[in-house]
Amino acid sequence: MKQFIIYVRKEFYHIFRDRKSLLIIIMMPIIQIILFGFALTNEIKNSNIAVLDNAKDESSRAIIQRLDASRYFNVFRNINSQQDIETAFRSGNIRLVVVFQPGFRESLLHTNTAQVQLIADASDPNTATTVTNYAKNIIGDYQKELNGQFQAPYMISPEIRMLYNPQLKGAYNFVPGVMAMILILIAAMMTSVAIVREKEINTMEVILVSPLKPLLFIISKAVPYIFLSLVNVVTILIVSVNILEVPINGSLMLLMGEALLFIITAVSLGLMISTFTKTQQEAQMFSLMTLLLPTLLLGGFMFPIESMPLPLRVMSNIVPSKWFFLIVKDVMIKGLGLQAVWKESLVLVGMSLFFLTLSFSKFKIRLS
Amino acid sequence: MKKLLVILEKEFRQIFRNPAILRMVLVMPVIQLLIFPFAANYEVKNVLLSVVDHDHSSYSQKFISKITGSGYFKLTDYSPSYSKALEAIESDKADLVIEIPQGFERNLVKENKSNMLIAVNAVNGVKANLGGVYAANIIRDFNTDIQLEWVQFPKFNTQPTIAITSSNWYNPTMNYKLFMVPGILVTLLTIIASLMAALNIVHEKEVGTIEQINVSPITKLQFILGKLIPFWLMGLVTLTLGLIVARLFYNIIPLGSIGLIYLFGMVFLFTLLGIGLLISTFAETQTQATFVSFFVMMLFMLLGGLYTPIESMPEWAKWITKINPVAYFIEVARMIILKGSGFADVKIQFFSVLGLGIFFNTWAVINYRKRS
Repeated sequence: MKQFIIYVRKEFYHIFRDRKSLLIIIMMPIIQIILFGFALTNEIKNSNIAVLDNAKDESSRAIIQRLDASRYFNVFRNINSQQDIETAFRSGNIRLVVVFQPGFRESLLHTNTAQVQLIADASDPNTATTVTNYAKNIIGDYQKELNGQFQAPYMISPEIRMLYNPQLKGAYNFVPGVMAMILILIAAMMTSVAIVREKEINTMEVILVSPLKPLLFIISKAVPYIFLSLVNVVTILIVSVNILEVPINGSLMLLMGEALLFIITAVSLGLMISTFTKTQQEAQMFSLMTLLLPTLLLGGFMFPIESMPLPLRVMSNIVPSKWFFLIVKDVMIKGLGLQAVWKESLVLVGMSLFFLTLSFSKFKIRLS
Repeated sequence: MKKLLVILEKEFRQIFRNPAILRMVLVMPVIQLLIFPFAANYEVKNVLLSVVDHDHSSYSQKFISKITGSGYFKLTDYSPSYSKALEAIESDKADLVIEIPQGFERNLVKENKSNMLIAVNAVNGVKANLGGVYAANIIRDFNTDIQLEWVQFPKFNTQPTIAITSSNWYNPTMNYKLFMVPGILVTLLTIIASLMAALNIVHEKEVGTIEQINVSPITKLQFILGKLIPFWLMGLVTLTLGLIVARLFYNIIPLGSIGLIYLFGMVFLFTLLGIGLLISTFAETQTQATFVSFFVMMLFMLLGGLYTPIESMPEWAKWITKINPVAYFIEVARMIILKGSGFADVKIQFFSVLGLGIFFNTWAVINYRKRS
């Protein structure tokens, strides 16, 4: 036990003597969570649109003005002919072109019908659908107003209530997501690199001939990184509550406990990576290549997992951050207790055990 | 020139002698490009729906069958009360609750109006937004059906109506893969290029071989170029593999010129490698280099416009995207591949990335010191 404590202390010295790295590891998550918490939102607004107004009458101008005044659109340019639509799209930055037929108002008032054409740049399909719908609604509102007090019979008026996140803030979704992502990458990378480093600079031999058992050696390596990651969790939570105004609705103790569990999973993953890589470069490349995109794409916070094809839905289950993301959302945003997240927690426990067993069985006492 | 060739030879040997890294750089991107575009889909299907029907009338039945038949929703259960339905939302068994009030049909027929409550779990951004919109649309359609049942509308419009037609250019089938494949390819290039460059010089510092280079007659510029060129070529190989996968597997044939994609890719890689090398000259250990480049990478990727729209970001974040080569390349790749944009259309982006590249590489050359 005494040896173990000495080893843990050695690791802490390693970390605290490298001030620059320490500063990077502490500050980086704080900056990231602030940046992404404010900048990321799924909402689509301020889209640039172009207008081809062949009518130039009172009605077309009124509609253009409404589009421009809404928070969704910004009338970026006027174009003069059908051919210019192509040019406008090709030079980018325009999401939608609104085309009015000649004599728009006249035909609207006299024949009771007039045409507006919406052309969306569907190279980004999600935005295309959304901006088309927004534009339809704005034009529809104008039409309603034109029709005055006419009240349609048999009206069903739906009331929409946004639960948990009435202002539809992106941070409610992205804070748990980015937190899961940062934690797993930092913890796994730090741990794998620390162990491989000993192999690379040949201090491993010294350790292997020491009386400390391999198991204890590995744990002594992991403890400081678990501690550092917990510091990261605390700073991330402080920033999200105070600056991003994302509340912690559930129990703080539970949240911290789950974070600890997730960090242990990440650290054991790092241990596993360190057993089959030889250089720091390899370890880092491997962690980043295998973790970054899967966490981002299959973690559930960017793309809805339910819409993915079955093989990917199955695959998402082996991404640890997916489970942690669910837990954080439940505990932090919805304010639920352990009974809501015990299954997810068990999955993380299982994963940790799996990674640990695998790394112990592969850990070699002898250097080849 | 000869000195440059010598150092190039050394770098290439080093790369080829480490098959693990080579494998990661060449094989992993291909595998990921084969898998991940399938994950990226904002089209929301299977929104889990819980219905609270207090009315049990023929209209409420009709409505429920209409919404479940729409293809967007999956009815998970009928809840006896609103609070029970909220429990379903809490446990993630439902994303959306629709409550049909008692007397829904009677009010609609007798008093000409009725209401309905849609409650959405708004934590899941995309699902909440779209699910709510879908539900509202279906209610509107249902409403029209009912109105038609009761009111004989005159044959000709008595009210001015604006007919809105909409069309989707460049991707009429709304295929998400057309959108995601170029984006993910750029992401993969970003990871590889910035990481390889960031770790390289600092690795020499850490194992001490940099001393040997420092005492050699190789100039600072030659040294940086010697590091830059091999990675740059490897990046181009990855880009080529990516384009082949896109062509063969996703059947994405660029509308614009392939040459232009390569030209942009070359400048893009030059810039990213420059940033990586700059980090490498600053860092003392590989750990520092990794974490800083990881930070830069996440910043570039998440603020790159692939995952969330740049227009919706606050002003200061939009400014960050102006110095983000990844945002430029994602935009340009999409423009050239899907819209067939030519050089004139992308020249602002081109010169921005080139300018950034010259800036970062020059800084890296200046910052590399031949004495410790």
